[in-house]
Amino acid sequence: MTSSRLPRGGRVERSKSVRFTFDGKAYSGHPGDTLASALLASGITLFGRSFKYHRPRGVFAAGSDEPNALVTVLSGDVREPNVRATELEIHDGLVTQSQNRFPSLDHDFMAINQLAGPLFSAGFYYKTFMGPAIGPLRGTRFWMFCEKFIRRAAGLGKAGTAPDPDRYERMNAWCDVLVVGSGPAGLIAAEAAAGTGARVIIAEERPLPGGSLLASAETIDGRDPSVWAREKAAALAAMPNVRFLTRTSVWGYYDGNVLTAIEHVSDFKPNRTKGQPRQRHWIIRTGKTILATGAFERPMVFPGNDCPGVMLADAVRRFALEYGVAAGSNVTLFTNNDSAYEAARALSLAGVNIVAIVDVRADVSGACRDIATAANAELLTGHAVTGTHAGKTLSSITVQHFNAETCRVSGAPREIRTDCLGVSGGWSPAIHLASQAGGKPEWDEDLQAFLPPEPNQNWVVTGAAAGYMDTISVLSDAATKGSAKSRLILPPVEAPMLDASPAPVFQIEPSAKSQKAFVDFQHDVTADDVRLAYREGFHSVEHLKRYTTLGMATDQGKTSNVPGLAIMADARGISIPEAGTTRFRPPFTPVSFGALAGERYGDLRPHRLTPMHDWHLANGAKMYEAGLWHRPMIYGSHGETVEQAYVREARAVRQSVGIVDVSTLGKIDIQGPDAAELLDRVYTNMFSTLPVGKARYGLMLREDGLAFDDGTTWRLGETQFLMTTTTANAGPVMQHLEYYLDCIWPELRVHLTSVTDVWAGTAVAGPKARALLEACVTGTKVDNDTLPFMGIVHSKIEGVPVMVCRLSFSGELAYEVYCGSGYGTRVWEALLTAGKPFDVMPYGLEALGTLRIEKGHVTGAEIDGRASAHDLHLDWMLSKKKPFIGSAMLGREGLKDENRLSLVGLVSLDNQAITGGSHIVTDARPREPADSFGHVTAACYSPALGKYIALALVKHGTSMIGNRAFATDLLRGRHCPVEIVSHHMYDPEGSRMHG
Amino acid sequence: MIIKCPYCGPRDVIEFTYQGDATRKRPEPLSNDPDVWNAYVYDRSNPSGLHREFWLHSGGCRQHLVVTRDMTTHAISSVAFARDIASGGQA
Repeated sequence: MTSSRLPRGGRVERSKSVRFTFDGKAYSGHPGDTLASALLASGITLFGRSFKYHRPRGVFAAGSDEPNALVTVLSGDVREPNVRATELEIHDGLVTQSQNRFPSLDHDFMAINQLAGPLFSAGFYYKTFMGPAIGPLRGTRFWMFCEKFIRRAAGLGKAGTAPDPDRYERMNAWCDVLVVGSGPAGLIAAEAAAGTGARVIIAEERPLPGGSLLASAETIDGRDPSVWAREKAAALAAMPNVRFLTRTSVWGYYDGNVLTAIEHVSDFKPNRTKGQPRQRHWIIRTGKTILATGAFERPMVFPGNDCPGVMLADAVRRFALEYGVAAGSNVTLFTNNDSAYEAARALSLAGVNIVAIVDVRADVSGACRDIATAANAELLTGHAVTGTHAGKTLSSITVQHFNAETCRVSGAPREIRTDCLGVSGGWSPAIHLASQAGGKPEWDEDLQAFLPPEPNQNWVVTGAAAGYMDTISVLSDAATKGSAKSRLILPPVEAPMLDASPAPVFQIEPSAKSQKAFVDFQHDVTADDVRLAYREGFHSVEHLKRYTTLGMATDQGKTSNVPGLAIMADARGISIPEAGTTRFRPPFTPVSFGALAGERYGDLRPHRLTPMHDWHLANGAKMYEAGLWHRPMIYGSHGETVEQAYVREARAVRQSVGIVDVSTLGKIDIQGPDAAELLDRVYTNMFSTLPVGKARYGLMLREDGLAFDDGTTWRLGETQFLMTTTTANAGPVMQHLEYYLDCIWPELRVHLTSVTDVWAGTAVAGPKARALLEACVTGTKVDNDTLPFMGIVHSKIEGVPVMVCRLSFSGELAYEVYCGSGYGTRVWEALLTAGKPFDVMPYGLEALGTLRIEKGHVTGAEIDGRASAHDLHLDWMLSKKKPFIGSAMLGREGLKDENRLSLVGLVSLDNQAITGGSHIVTDARPREPADSFGHVTAACYSPALGKYIALALVKHGTSMIGNRAFATDLLRGRHCPVEIVSHHMYDPEGSRMHG
Repeated sequence: MIIKCPYCGPRDVIEFTYQGDATRKRPEPLSNDPDVWNAYVYDRSNPSGLHREFWLHSGGCRQHLVVTRDMTTHAISSVAFARDIASGGQA
């Protein structure tokens, strides 16, 4: 047992205990512990196995930068993989599991991969799985064969398959100033900003405010900095213009100063309050952003640097000061900069035994020496760690003389017994959000780190994130950045005089035969992999990243980015800024899909119901979802098939009379002195000549000359029209008209109103339609003189005002009856009552479709965005007297091509159904329809003709009439002999509707 | 992206529908010059820098706006009603 709980210190509640399990074994910790601190306190240093080589790995960091200690949290059947143990707050009943090991963490079969190390170097997949040139496993098939074995051996935690039972929320927020981070910089900047009266949101990733102050041996205002931070945060949170969010990680920076954050609301609690979300996703729009995100300590790259017991010096300090945990009983520090001495001072004060401080620099300052002496630690300047010895945890390290100028190792190795090595390779400002926002980071030679770029939106960076590494300058920078008008009096700080600039040493490379030196722990990328990538020609940082997967793991290279770049720059013989850096992408830390979805899952479509919807349901309608609309498909009787039902309904319409709900048609009220002029421009045919009280069928094209939509438009007054559109195009037609009125013809005095939902519509069709109306319409006659074809009358049915227009989609004598939607059912029922003597039949979409197929009328199936008016035999509607939208493009070559598909009818020759979507071929053998020359757009059984029929778009359509072909649909196993006929299959003269 | 609708105020981009290039000019309706029409219907420029676009505030006032936007930064420098501009105003 090496790591343990210190007798005192830390901010955990030592009087209470919390029970949890890790890999099935019970442990206990205290409230305030993370899984990492609680396990270290219990002497556990082995946390998982690595990605490729299955090497034993321990905790490396103490926060969101942790690359190694990833665990799976189990809750019932639900598993959440890849949770950082350093951020996971323990609670009673927490069940966790280590990852990427089989059968257990201590005995892992796949550790044999370590022996095969050279096989798994950079580009392993690209090189190995190209596959042989011939044979059953040629090319990528070899990869497909190997993949399942590889996937089992390599990787992170396994995702669960059980549905996520938790609730998540989304929250939109706005503020004048968003402060990201509540360390010394964030607190002071927020105080300065809030003091001006600005509305401030502060987002802190961790449970407690304070950032680096939580593990500091300095004093602020004569007090422990964590106490100062807590009081400052409490005072801020109490201000009415401040919202203080803890456990809230800001993970994305987008255009328009929009930032996204995840708040952990209850996933750290053993028992959630009913209805409380697990996480809340914040979308924050801010006037100004203050990025006070601090800095991440960097590791050094040296042989054997990945064994359990090697961790960041700052992590060793944080475990001791924040959680009262000694990460080892004999700690050694290895550094290229002064910050490790401050860690040594803090650790020593906390009661952790420091064996030695190994520093690559030839000499260090008096302040550093004093600290080493006070801590009773041996100071080895001009030395470097060149190897580690470890089973499941560190037992000793090897040190040798090291020249920081030449980066050469020399002299005899010396072994130092130690069970924990704290490493510091300098500090990298956490510029992730600024980089996401789009700026190019700038290299700072003094800090050997990338500093945030020039702002391209309204944001500022302050504190360690801006490169200020000592508390005094952090505070004064933050006060200024918080508000230019700030008059804050800053508290006195007591801290040793240390220098933040590191020696430019990133890697210790004693000899070619030394142990593996890891750069990216989470993806198992070594220094050798980076150099191999260079030798194989992957020089650019973008290529390096993709070839080696450096920085592409869930930690996004928080610890590995700069060391990786430094090694590549060294290999290329250029400077780090010349090598450049890749841009950080959201998310800063992993984000659950549940949080992104929030409450928006399942069926989110609005459901549009017609006024007669309840009547349809009550009368046996089988509903069909057409876009957002619910429409009756058939009104089924017991034991009837869909085909039997629609055939019965369609037959009734042709024989007597039927009614159908057409309320879903798009309706646009068009008013204004130039209303007729607008219609002349958007329809291919003339509307200005239409008399008041009459309707006309109209066709619209797109600007490119192809058919767009059709429908009837009724002239209700000199300056008022009611346009109807197809159900599906109600929205697009409205948008089309608005575009032309706003953008092209603003001089037209026309106003548009969508009135689709204002009117309920019923079509009455069949030879007895007029007799039916005569029985219920009051105040006007409906005879042929009063209400001729395309005529409109205003009258009443059962006292309800109605508009009746005589028009026909079915080919029968037919009318459309419109009334206010609130009266839809009343009028519908009145029509049914009036039709009783004629056995009136309500009919659904299937019968409606059958009637129009028999007549060869087109719908969206034929007006498919590719068909021209000519293709649909609607060229008679193209006015030669005026220009209209699409007229100029009608003559272009593509629309004149004689190989275009055009509309025809089909009749099944084997007396079985033709299936929709079938291809038209000449080959009698069913096979892949490579020689298809058309397709079926709609098909049905026609009761009027006693045959299975269809409409189709076919090459050379009209001249093919009379020919035989096959409608082939191999998916449904149908190869149907057909005869090509005119699309006017029933009553081509139209005598019935004019009757 | 936030578009400042002159009628509704600053609104999120999800309320708007992109309606295309606002720098094109529709040819004379009576013109039958295929090249001119072809260019109008199909040719689009994709400038790096400022561009003028039509946006319909479909989830708001349903007015078409002319938005001048920097294609590299998404910074919007001006927003105006399309009707005002098309009838002689300037963006």
